[in-house]
Amino acid sequence: MAESVLKIGTEAPKENRLGMKATDYAGGKSTLCAGCGHDAISNQIIRAFYEMSVNPVEVAKFSGIGCSSKTPAYFLGRAHGFNAVHGRMPAVATGAMLANRKLIGIGVSGDGDTASIGLGQFMHMVRRNIPIIYIIENNGVYGLTKGQFSATADEGSKLKTGVINDLPPMDLCALAVQLGCGYVARGYAGDPKQMINILKGAIAHDGLSVIDVISPCVTFNNHDGSTKGYQYSKEHDELLHQIGFVQAYEQIEVDYAPGELREVTMHDGSRILLKKLEEDYDPSDAVQALQRLHKATEAGAMLTGLVFLRPEKTSFLNLLHMTEQPLYALGEAETRPPKEALEKIMRDLM
Amino acid sequence: MSDTLTATAVLDEVAEGRQPIVNDLTIHVATVNGSGSQSSNNVLMRAIFQMGVPVSGKNMFPSNIAGLPTWFTIRVNKDGWIARKKEVDLMVCMNPQTSREDVEALQPGSLCIYDAPLNCKSIRKDIEFYEVPFAKLAGELTTDSRLRKLLTNMVYVGIVAELIGIERQEIIAAITKQFKGKQKAIDPNVAAIDKGIEFTKANLPKQNKWRIERMNKTAGKIIIDGNAAAAIGAMFGGVTVVTWYPITPSSSLCESLIDYMKQHRIGPDGKATFAIVQAEDELAAMGMVLGAGWAGARSMTSTSGPGISLMAEFAGLGYFAELPGVIWDIQRVGPSTGLPTRTAQGDVLEVALLSHGDTQHIALIPGSVEECFEFGSEALDLAEMFQTPIFVLSDLDLGMNNWMSDPFKYPEKPFRRGKILSKEKLDELGGKWGRYLDIDDDGIAWRSIPGTEAPSYFTRGSGHDAMARYSERPEDYKALVDRLAKKYETARKFVPKPVVDIRRGAKIGFIAYGTTDFPLQESRHQLESERDIETSYLRLRALPFTDALKAFVANHDHIYVVEQNRDGQMADLIRLEVGEDQKKIRKILHYTGLPCDARSITNAVLHMESNRAEMVVRAGVDKRAVTHAVSED
Repeated sequence: MAESVLKIGTEAPKENRLGMKATDYAGGKSTLCAGCGHDAISNQIIRAFYEMSVNPVEVAKFSGIGCSSKTPAYFLGRAHGFNAVHGRMPAVATGAMLANRKLIGIGVSGDGDTASIGLGQFMHMVRRNIPIIYIIENNGVYGLTKGQFSATADEGSKLKTGVINDLPPMDLCALAVQLGCGYVARGYAGDPKQMINILKGAIAHDGLSVIDVISPCVTFNNHDGSTKGYQYSKEHDELLHQIGFVQAYEQIEVDYAPGELREVTMHDGSRILLKKLEEDYDPSDAVQALQRLHKATEAGAMLTGLVFLRPEKTSFLNLLHMTEQPLYALGEAETRPPKEALEKIMRDLM
Repeated sequence: MSDTLTATAVLDEVAEGRQPIVNDLTIHVATVNGSGSQSSNNVLMRAIFQMGVPVSGKNMFPSNIAGLPTWFTIRVNKDGWIARKKEVDLMVCMNPQTSREDVEALQPGSLCIYDAPLNCKSIRKDIEFYEVPFAKLAGELTTDSRLRKLLTNMVYVGIVAELIGIERQEIIAAITKQFKGKQKAIDPNVAAIDKGIEFTKANLPKQNKWRIERMNKTAGKIIIDGNAAAAIGAMFGGVTVVTWYPITPSSSLCESLIDYMKQHRIGPDGKATFAIVQAEDELAAMGMVLGAGWAGARSMTSTSGPGISLMAEFAGLGYFAELPGVIWDIQRVGPSTGLPTRTAQGDVLEVALLSHGDTQHIALIPGSVEECFEFGSEALDLAEMFQTPIFVLSDLDLGMNNWMSDPFKYPEKPFRRGKILSKEKLDELGGKWGRYLDIDDDGIAWRSIPGTEAPSYFTRGSGHDAMARYSERPEDYKALVDRLAKKYETARKFVPKPVVDIRRGAKIGFIAYGTTDFPLQESRHQLESERDIETSYLRLRALPFTDALKAFVANHDHIYVVEQNRDGQMADLIRLEVGEDQKKIRKILHYTGLPCDARSITNAVLHMESNRAEMVVRAGVDKRAVTHAVSED
């Protein structure tokens, strides 16, 4: 099996460009089960924000309800966090981003939170292109309520109790592509190297990033017959490409034969490098993306990589033509029109 | 009932031609929804207003875009009573679907203008009919069929004007305002007015029962609906994030706000100091409001009862996690579709306790367009001061109908942003800060704003301690909800106080709120002038109640709580509040979907005063101002 990442760049230094250490990005102690895929993702979030030198104070963390949604308490402790209600994190995140356009938003949700109770809000957040990183920690089951199927469970997959899922899975990546999301990726909690590059690309993206991460539930969905456990995922991982990420400040030239490498420059000047594997894949082609996703589902494969990438798409905050200064910081001078304005309104009503 | 008899006696006297009733009549226009009669009715109302005569207008419209019956009632009253009055003096029948019913509901001696094919005169003999061939008259104005329909409505304005003495120049001024000075629209409408005037002069008998005469009671006044007033208030209150989902009768609040904000809150660089988002549903609208409030913005949404239901889960989170935000509830008849275009005060209990678990909300209740304006900013202040969702209970009658008012005063009070943790405050505390620490012993803690240098915390709906740490410890949970109760107690001192009018020696005390104020004021006048009964009155303007309520109840023998819902929701909340005095509480309930009228209240009080055992009167179901009294207990 091919490597999922391109080896480029140097080892991360002991301090980032803000002079912070990786420990400055840590959160509280996890209370999830030992071996939970979600903890592996939290670790990569910590690393990605550290290596990208994002000031954690500028970050706002959001989540819905479920095991996944507990995780924002376990990373970036210096950032404010908001554990919302079930399936409604997109609305809360949207409101916060409207209030403060300078926030760097990251939302963590699960497959129950996003694909069932929160599907409507998820889709409208995608449609609006709210500039946050939206991670779905996808394990095919409801963990906190002890192992019921979720809407992303694969057809024919089996619960610990022996119950078989007869319904087709909802593919959140395909939905995001269809709704025009500018950054859609699927990762696997067991592949941290690919994960961190996907996360870095998302941090660099000015717009919504939807990252669906297959994240095995060691307690309720990691047995024989499960299609989202570690063993199954490892055996069925199908890579779209090898992915590399070069930060804007890095002076790295990558040399490959023509047609071997796709390079996409992101909003902040950083670059995403995608190296071709057996089949060429153009991540700006929505039709090809949907085709590959569909084929993978039919073949029972777990397709991972950068599924769709259109960094130029305008974020919702830019469509609103707001002042540069965040709305929350505006005072009376900016937001209470003068007395003459009221007098004019009153005259018109006389 | 004797009141009805008295009114009839007056009518007879007038019929003998002694003297016209000046500036005191109700005009009722029946048309088909979607026929464009709204402009004509506005012109009629505004022309009377411009003659200096107090006037109010109520649109009774169906939940429909075109085709179903609609009515517009204009009440003209020299004394300034602007509540709905049930008796119609001048009827304009334009709708074949309702003309029989409309005519049958009239009192003997009323005037009725009708479209000739409706042949209303065959229905009754005791009405003064004015038959008008509208199709023919409009046909003489234009050959364009669409325009003809619109101008037909303007013709009846001309006829009414000529019949009761509304000055032509004021009609023309009102048309100019209605069509914003666009000559192309003004000219054909003025021609239609003149067509109506000429026809009346040449063909219709004169009447001497009702006259409009110029007076001086509207100078300097404005006409506005409550939703627009609320929007203006919120704009001057510095709202920055607005989310909404369309629902009658609240949509026009945010739509007005969009218009006003575009005019007054976009800088010279073209950049907006606000974000207004049409959400995918009310759940999302509420979530966005709370997310924005959490991040430090002044945020609001507007909705109606069904939307409030959808916001219930978030309302609980907002209360428990202490998130500011303002929710305007323009109440209507529910549930589901209910009667979406009819008014009610039926969301009081729903809003007071909205959500699961131990939840109590602060609510403001405006009783006039002026208060809609004031509470527009007051609610934003209270939301930040108390770090909780603040509800504002308006209703369709206040929100969508046109009301006369003094011009709104520019708010001089600076914004109150509440306890936002600054670096200085943190230093003052010696760094000892916890998001939910009750440092000031008023139940309100200091909050930090995300994205700033202030220390972070984790906001959650799950149990937490004073330091915002996850906790399921019994003592932590109890301390948390007890502190929230303390915060609610603190709010009693900060919410708008009731308006109290105590008459010495009065045994009867009225309690009402919102739009019930208009008929209630008039009913008090009726009781005093017709029956020599003096009454006291307390108008509630907020939840939680303030101390004035208990004293008011204690100082009167009978308390009549008048409201527009079936069960007496506010009366029950008052009963809980006043302890032993609850036996004094009686209910007068008006819940037909139409605004409450004064006579219904007066009759209900008289009935209960003479039937001491009855504690509830369900009023207002009869067309002829007679009250059906039903005993509850």
